[in-house]
Amino acid sequence: MAGMTKTKRRARRAYRKERLVLLAFTVPALALYISFFIIPALQSLQYSLTNWNGYSATFDWVGLDNFTRALTNDSLFTNAVTNNLKFWLIVLAFQTLFALMLAVFLFRNFKGSALLRGLFFFPTILSSVSVAYIWKFIYDPNYGLGNDILGIFGISSSFLGNDDTAIYWIAITQVWFHAGQMMTIFIAGLQSVPQEMIEAAAVDGAGRWQVFKNVTWPMIAPATSIVMAYTTIQSFKAFDLILGLAGNPPKSSMDIMSTRIYTTFANSQYGYASAQAILFVIVIVALNFAVRRIVGLTQPKTES
Amino acid sequence: MGFKIGRAGILFVYAIIIIVPITVVMLGSFKSMGELFDSPFGLPESWNAQNYLDIIVHHDMGQAFINSAIVTLSSVTLTLLIASCAAYGIARLKGWLSWLIFGFLVLGMAIPPQANMIPQYVQFDRLGLLNSLTGLILIMVVTGLPVATFILGGFMKTLPNEMFEAASVDGVGPVRSYISIAMPLSLPSIAATSIFLFVIQWNELLYPLMFIQSPDKQTIPLRLLNFQGEFLTNYPLLFTGVAIASIPITIIYILLQRYFVEGMTAGAVKG
Repeated sequence: MAGMTKTKRRARRAYRKERLVLLAFTVPALALYISFFIIPALQSLQYSLTNWNGYSATFDWVGLDNFTRALTNDSLFTNAVTNNLKFWLIVLAFQTLFALMLAVFLFRNFKGSALLRGLFFFPTILSSVSVAYIWKFIYDPNYGLGNDILGIFGISSSFLGNDDTAIYWIAITQVWFHAGQMMTIFIAGLQSVPQEMIEAAAVDGAGRWQVFKNVTWPMIAPATSIVMAYTTIQSFKAFDLILGLAGNPPKSSMDIMSTRIYTTFANSQYGYASAQAILFVIVIVALNFAVRRIVGLTQPKTES
Repeated sequence: MGFKIGRAGILFVYAIIIIVPITVVMLGSFKSMGELFDSPFGLPESWNAQNYLDIIVHHDMGQAFINSAIVTLSSVTLTLLIASCAAYGIARLKGWLSWLIFGFLVLGMAIPPQANMIPQYVQFDRLGLLNSLTGLILIMVVTGLPVATFILGGFMKTLPNEMFEAASVDGVGPVRSYISIAMPLSLPSIAATSIFLFVIQWNELLYPLMFIQSPDKQTIPLRLLNFQGEFLTNYPLLFTGVAIASIPITIIYILLQRYFVEGMTAGAVKG
């Protein structure tokens, strides 16, 4: 009896020791993450309630003044939000549809399909500044490729020089940059749709569009949600692309939320920039919820 | 029939839209300004590397390349090491504690850098880590941890627990299990994670822009961005910079394409 409890106790002690060692494996990650990621995130909340300028020893608590100012009394911020929403809408609509179309074309293997998938994905790996410079040349009103092509149709554009449309031209660049990445997510979704379901629907006399709408689209809903969430996040984080195409600080016609926050920070308004950053997070989270709802609404209702 | 023709047409046009600008940039890096404007699509009159020499020697691109290589290689290695340890601990602990740690670390993927970059700047300033490559490496490790833990942890959780238990019965401790069982079995996921981290960190602009002031400590994307002010519309020089920034990553892409697609789609939130 006594011997049994002793071995049991020893086994339990060994088990406990092992779990402690396993826990220790997570400590370096947790320590770095808490000290340099989580604590700063919480400090942002604190900064946002102050008027701290980054170098003074003192600051005042100003309550929600920074938030009120951003929302009601700062045309630069409102302008950045408006631009960002335009940019997001165009990128979300075009990139999602275009990436889905490419995926439908390429998810089955045929001669050259792997090469094309690899080619379309390629821009994603380039740095945003590189992509910005490639397109800066395309959009150059005097020497650029863009006007060479528009010239075929007898028209021309000043592209980024036109304040009303500049942000949409950047949206096109963003689609060129990331459509291949989204295509890849759709391809993974399409390849998981059982071929028999599509064949069964086709046997029942459904056309290509009918099959897509009633079988494929509901089956790839998870992929669609991921694509739209990623696209939303990327549209708000398109910081480098804007700096590369619109300068630092960017022209106001191309200023978006992330660049505005950075400019506010660079102007030593740490408190105010932190409040803008918190609004930025709220906008992204809210839009992600909205997008999820919209994807859900397009699904056919199941009758059961 | 109509579908196939339409498909071929659209795929062909989009392939052109990707290939042509990239070709123009690559060829343009060997041209003079006049030559680029006169014939953007033509081959350069001579393949002289004057622009490359110019930008590497006289415009600090060589130094920027070395800095980027140091920062990227160090931060990818460190992120992988720390995240794989965490992933291993999480995968083997099981239970609520494991979920809590995993969820807490992965939560960081949903927090954009704007939400903590200002306090981080203040913090790094106080620690004397601004304007230093060490500071850049540290911040890149920290920002890379959530997504790396997410990919590696997701994979390691699928490793059968019996394997570790059997090893444990044979007297193999958790540390040896990590080195000789968990890591070798996770190689595909480590490859995907390292490539994802490599792309993100090689191309990172925000933190170098915030943290680095000295010209001799700039990384490639920052150097490239600063060219804008310096030579405005000297496209051949800009294109040379783009080529230098893109060549290493393109070579790796051609060699390891499969892992790129896996890594970049698993962690697309960061891109």
